[in-house]
Amino acid sequence: MNIVQRFFQTSLGKKYVMALTGLALAVFVVGHLIGNLQVFLGREMINAYGHFLQSTPELIWPARLGLLACVALHVWSAVRLSAENRAARPIQYSEAYKPIAASYASRTMLMSGLIIAAFIVYHLLHFTVQTQAINLTGKDFHTLMDAKGRHDVFAMMVSGFSNPFVSGFYVLAMTLLCLHLSHGLGALFQSLGLRNKAWSPVIERLGRRAAWIIWLGYVSIPVSILCGFGKEVMK
Amino acid sequence: MKLDAKIPSGPVAQKWEKHKFNLKLVNPANKRKFEVIVVGTGLAGASAAATLAELGYVVKTFCFQDSPRRAHSIAAQGGINAAKNYQNDGDSVHRLFYDTIKGGDFRAREANVYRLAQVSVNIIDQCVAQGVPFAREYGGLLDNRSFGGAQVSRTFYARGQTGQQLLLGAYQALSRQIGLGTVTMFPRTEMLDLVLVDGHAKGIVVRDLVTGKISSHAADAVVLATGGYGNVFYLSTNAVGCNVTAAYRAYKKGAAFANPCYTQIHPTCIPVSGDHQSKLTLMSESLRNDGRVWVSKKKGDKRRSQEIPEAERDYFLERKYPSFGNLAPRDISSRAAKEACDDGRGVGPGGLGVYLDFADSIKRLSQEKIQERYGNLFEMYERITGENAYQQPMRIYPAVHYTMGGLWVDYNLMSTIPGLFVLGEANFSDHGANRLGASALMQGLADGYFILPYTIGDYFASNKPAKPSTSHPEFKSAEESVTGLTKRLLSTRGKRTVRSFHRELGQIMWDKCGMARSEASLKEALSRIPQLREEFYKNVNVTGEAGSLNQALEHAGRVADFLEFGELLCLDALTRNESCGGHFRVEHQTEDGEARRDDEKCSHVSAWEYQGSGRQPVLHKEPLSYEEVKMSQRSYK
Amino acid sequence: MKLTLKVWRQKDQESPGHFETYQANDVSPDMSFLEMLDVVNEGIIDRGEDAIAFDSDCREGICGTCSVVINGMPHGGHRATTACQLHMRHFTDGQTIYIEPWRAKPFPVLKDLVVDRAAFERIVQAGGFVSVRTGGTPDANAIPIPKEDADRAMDAAACIGCGACVAACKNASAMLFVAAKASHLNTLPQGKVEKDRRVLGMVAAMDKEGFGNCTVTGSCEAVCPKEISLDFIRQLNGEYLIASLKGK
Repeated sequence: MNIVQRFFQTSLGKKYVMALTGLALAVFVVGHLIGNLQVFLGREMINAYGHFLQSTPELIWPARLGLLACVALHVWSAVRLSAENRAARPIQYSEAYKPIAASYASRTMLMSGLIIAAFIVYHLLHFTVQTQAINLTGKDFHTLMDAKGRHDVFAMMVSGFSNPFVSGFYVLAMTLLCLHLSHGLGALFQSLGLRNKAWSPVIERLGRRAAWIIWLGYVSIPVSILCGFGKEVMK
Repeated sequence: MKLDAKIPSGPVAQKWEKHKFNLKLVNPANKRKFEVIVVGTGLAGASAAATLAELGYVVKTFCFQDSPRRAHSIAAQGGINAAKNYQNDGDSVHRLFYDTIKGGDFRAREANVYRLAQVSVNIIDQCVAQGVPFAREYGGLLDNRSFGGAQVSRTFYARGQTGQQLLLGAYQALSRQIGLGTVTMFPRTEMLDLVLVDGHAKGIVVRDLVTGKISSHAADAVVLATGGYGNVFYLSTNAVGCNVTAAYRAYKKGAAFANPCYTQIHPTCIPVSGDHQSKLTLMSESLRNDGRVWVSKKKGDKRRSQEIPEAERDYFLERKYPSFGNLAPRDISSRAAKEACDDGRGVGPGGLGVYLDFADSIKRLSQEKIQERYGNLFEMYERITGENAYQQPMRIYPAVHYTMGGLWVDYNLMSTIPGLFVLGEANFSDHGANRLGASALMQGLADGYFILPYTIGDYFASNKPAKPSTSHPEFKSAEESVTGLTKRLLSTRGKRTVRSFHRELGQIMWDKCGMARSEASLKEALSRIPQLREEFYKNVNVTGEAGSLNQALEHAGRVADFLEFGELLCLDALTRNESCGGHFRVEHQTEDGEARRDDEKCSHVSAWEYQGSGRQPVLHKEPLSYEEVKMSQRSYK
Repeated sequence: MKLTLKVWRQKDQESPGHFETYQANDVSPDMSFLEMLDVVNEGIIDRGEDAIAFDSDCREGICGTCSVVINGMPHGGHRATTACQLHMRHFTDGQTIYIEPWRAKPFPVLKDLVVDRAAFERIVQAGGFVSVRTGGTPDANAIPIPKEDADRAMDAAACIGCGACVAACKNASAMLFVAAKASHLNTLPQGKVEKDRRVLGMVAAMDKEGFGNCTVTGSCEAVCPKEISLDFIRQLNGEYLIASLKGK
């Protein structure tokens, strides 16, 4: 078995794929959050950031393709591993079965993951492709421009999140993402063999904390907007 | 029948070396022409099977458990002795030899015991190379402890799971051979008969415990490593599956059974809690290093342990054996506990128990230290009894633990049937009338790794490969008799379960032939056992089918053999007119209640030859002579 | 006390199984769980029916034979306790108890509560050993082993191969068993020599048997009667990764 086959065919190989792509996606989630939080630094800041990204295709396209590949591999390994897991227990236990010690997050990784995947599709259509039909505001986001003629990211975010249904779905998705991360961040170190008895509890704890900090960061944006942040641009 | 032990001549220290040279060898290319059946996969069986396969023989292995790793060797806690003298405390092969002979109350063969002490050092090397994680010191070298009353520290251990780790070592070696295809393993398969062709052991009849299929396997030699017969007492520290069937059926085919009355009672077991009890749990003897054994001085004292003041406690081991105290050998400690209970001073439900008290050690060393040493044992005790032994004394009582007797074997470990070899606890060879702590593991592995692989070659070299076909009439008739017994057991449909018969047999054995035996008690047992056996065949109720997994049927077959074997055990006990080691006859004791041997009349191995159903077996005696050690009365005062 | 038992009955490997209800009266709190089943079986035999088949042997928690899921938890879910050492004082009068076999595709039910764990055997045969033959080994003290390493190896080697880890895991993964065996040997200098071969061989054998995958839920560690740590799975993951990267 050559090294590529080993990564894609063995149980542990697929776990490495899962862990490595998960790690890459987690790094993106943090980077994306830092980018988004610039909204609180004002319209100028976030619009400049958006303009920088849009005008640097040599950066953004490899990143997009890389992320796409990571998502694809992450989902592929999840589906394969889950199918194997289901096949490994053809006859289920009675209703008395108790998943001792297994956290809710660890037991629902596939479900949280699939909902997040669905959210990602919506999110891309919402803010990247800017499909008017799904933003529930009646506005065409493509037409939002600031005074300097740049795409008005700030206005797009504010109007995008001012719809409570959109924000609600966003908050729900972020909650699931963080549930997913609260297990995944610690587990990926386990899967890659990168922790030990002393570090395991620390990594687990940091993983869970990081997940909730990320949640706070993401959720702060729609919540602030619903509370009135940036409403001046809506006029 | 003639008992020829085939002990080589010459000084005891050179016998094995010399014998190894004189043993004939089998050419490497010819080894694959010989097939060996190994029954039992404990330390002796697994080590033998692996080693024989490594040498090039074709091996078939059988065990009734679902995996070779589950043989009862796994439950040995304390450790394994070896004359390494790593502690520089004066140990040597000769001292281990002497201690074993003396511990066995001068009823073992000198030559065998010396060889055992010699190969003990190889065992440790072998096990370490296999990855057995023995306890180590901070310097990285192996740790040792003193065990079971030995005055040197020669016991190697792996926490409280030495037997498990040694068995896993042998199991790994065996698994490697199974993976290489040199050993074929038959788990969940029980041997039900031995087949002789022209007087030689040439195969076995087995029952597949899952499908119920009876089938035959032929080979050039048969090795039995099927353990001891402690479960004839129903309650013992043996696994519930341990049985005498393989050994007993070999006995019925002509193999002499030696010294069945030598049974070892272990002093530190958790007392019986009720009728439902299915087995007894042993706690490592090492507990006696820091625990003090006592009962109240008053008979029928109903006070709780804490309410009995120091002055009213009888630390009977310390009182009777001041120099060994709580570390007195197993048989002596057990009997002392029984005496205290017989005297009406026992503790706990039914008055069958004595205290093992750690209060002083906790005061002296701190609870942390005690926890570090015995934490897992205290936990186990609490799990079973629901009592916290840090706060109140443990209750312990003796239980049957090991059986020194077994099929008679010569120096080559061959029984009186040519081609039938017997290893480990199943044979009688090395422990005499009493086994020292941490010596069972040593003997099992010595037999399997380092003795049988040499001696079996000699048998093969003198007998050309002649594996019969399993369609030979001897196999067919053995299969028929096995099937006949199965049918008989299933068709009786009486009123009592197998377990109730087993329990009753055990009660008779324990009461009449347990820690103390008398002519009257043994005669009573000898009259009651045949009655019970008769009732068994008339009134046993075995449900289920022959052609499927049927645990009641398995148990019934084993109990049927125990019901015959128990009688042999009692007969042997009656015939041995002395007290020695694990065999205590009340008629033979000193004024202060110690065992009194009769070296004049009883310095022999008693080997019994089967004479057919309903007929008394014939006793053959193999005299024991001591050239190297001087016989003395054991004294632990 | 009185208990209601819902016991999985299955005639053989091919037949479908179902739950059967039994009443257990006069259960003493000092009985072990398996002794309680013994007593129930006595009653079943007295009625002329086929007794409930369940595996057990040493009944002191070391042989790893007993294998029942009690109220949805292997061995009953008490810390460091096998079913044979679980005592009835942990149950209450009138309680209903579900008793099921280990459930995993690689552990087919042979009858009632008895399963076939030969899959574990094949995994050990694929590398769970040190390739030394009998004799010719160096002196036991020739290679000093740091006490910490010996202790760690012993922690892993304490595995009794009961399969509770597989039974508890929501994915029926055997990683804890495989990791314990591999880590026991890989941690010692004697076993390091063939470490790569061992992990590659054992994981391949594990995959072939059809066990599920580890999703780090920790159920296995929680039910393990010998408290084998998840850290050994981490060790196996790391060692397998290195062996794979070496291209072996």
